[in-house]
Amino acid sequence: MLRRSFLFIPGNNPTMLLSSNILGADCLILDLEDAVAINQKDSARILVKEALQTLDFSDTEVFVRINPVTSMFWQEDCLAIIPCKPSGIVIPKATQDAVETIENFIKDIENQEEIHCQTPFILIAESAYGVETIVEVLRSSQRIVAVLFGAEDFTADMAIARTSEGFEIQYARSKIAVACKAFSVLAIDTPYVDIENFAGFNQDILRGKALGYKGKACINPRQIEAVHQQFAPTQVEIDEAIAILEEKERAFKEGIGVFSYRGKMIDQPIITRAETVLNLARKLRLIP
Amino acid sequence: MKIIKPAQAGTLESNDIYVQVLPHPQNKIEISLKSIVEKQFGKQILSLATETLKSLDITACLLILEDKGALDYTIKARIESAVKRSLC
Repeated sequence: MLRRSFLFIPGNNPTMLLSSNILGADCLILDLEDAVAINQKDSARILVKEALQTLDFSDTEVFVRINPVTSMFWQEDCLAIIPCKPSGIVIPKATQDAVETIENFIKDIENQEEIHCQTPFILIAESAYGVETIVEVLRSSQRIVAVLFGAEDFTADMAIARTSEGFEIQYARSKIAVACKAFSVLAIDTPYVDIENFAGFNQDILRGKALGYKGKACINPRQIEAVHQQFAPTQVEIDEAIAILEEKERAFKEGIGVFSYRGKMIDQPIITRAETVLNLARKLRLIP
Repeated sequence: MKIIKPAQAGTLESNDIYVQVLPHPQNKIEISLKSIVEKQFGKQILSLATETLKSLDITACLLILEDKGALDYTIKARIESAVKRSLC
């Protein structure tokens, strides 16, 4: 299952909901939070519920971003959405308390509705507290499959300027990526809000990828293709991975434990990385 | 249940429908429809609206629909929203 691009779709927009499955994103996030006006929360919730029950999203995973536990809307969101069995829910402003509160509430809904599989969680780390306590948050539930770093809210919380280069988010962005790896969950990089700046967007994807992010949030369908291109292995990376694994096979047959490739010692981490590259290339059908 | 308080939901954007529910003076269900696809789908929209009101246990209301090409899921959702707003 590919989870490279996560496209936000405003929950109260029938046109966008209708076309969301043909935009090419790996995953959709139907949004009941920031994209919905406060006096339309009820209407959006019902529309998303009906959309989940009616529309054919084919192979696209569909997550729903509920409202935060600090709001008066999250319980109604869960009551309407969980019975529709989305691919998961997205929890904004995630903290340990928030995750535990939501999990306890959802357990009751799942029991009442006789839903036997646990609804997965994607967390959004978007506050100084959420970032600093991410390890505790990740320990708090087995349902967590990914963490999305939300740089806009994070910088707002820190009362610092948000720049295109992103120097101000380096620490938090790195911390989330490392914590995700430590807990074997997917790290999803922050959205890039300057939707007309494609050069900046491509650079931003590469900065996240270099830190360990495996997916990126998109706020415009035009961003999807770039995410897929940048997260795909290059032909050079594929060729090198194939060569390393061929050398490994040769060394194994000859009983050699450690070998070199183009003058570099090859050990297990490099072999693992080569295998990861080829697994992704196979998933993307770049190689047979 | 009878609708005793007016309420609205939806928009006049493309693919959406603007729904108003009002008390009916004769305590019955009456539906008024304006739609850009009335010739093709008018009967179907009226039937869906009637079914949706029934599923929400509404026995009396004036339902005014201004449709801009909404699909069934949107029509159902907007009627449900308007009714729930009216009842709360």
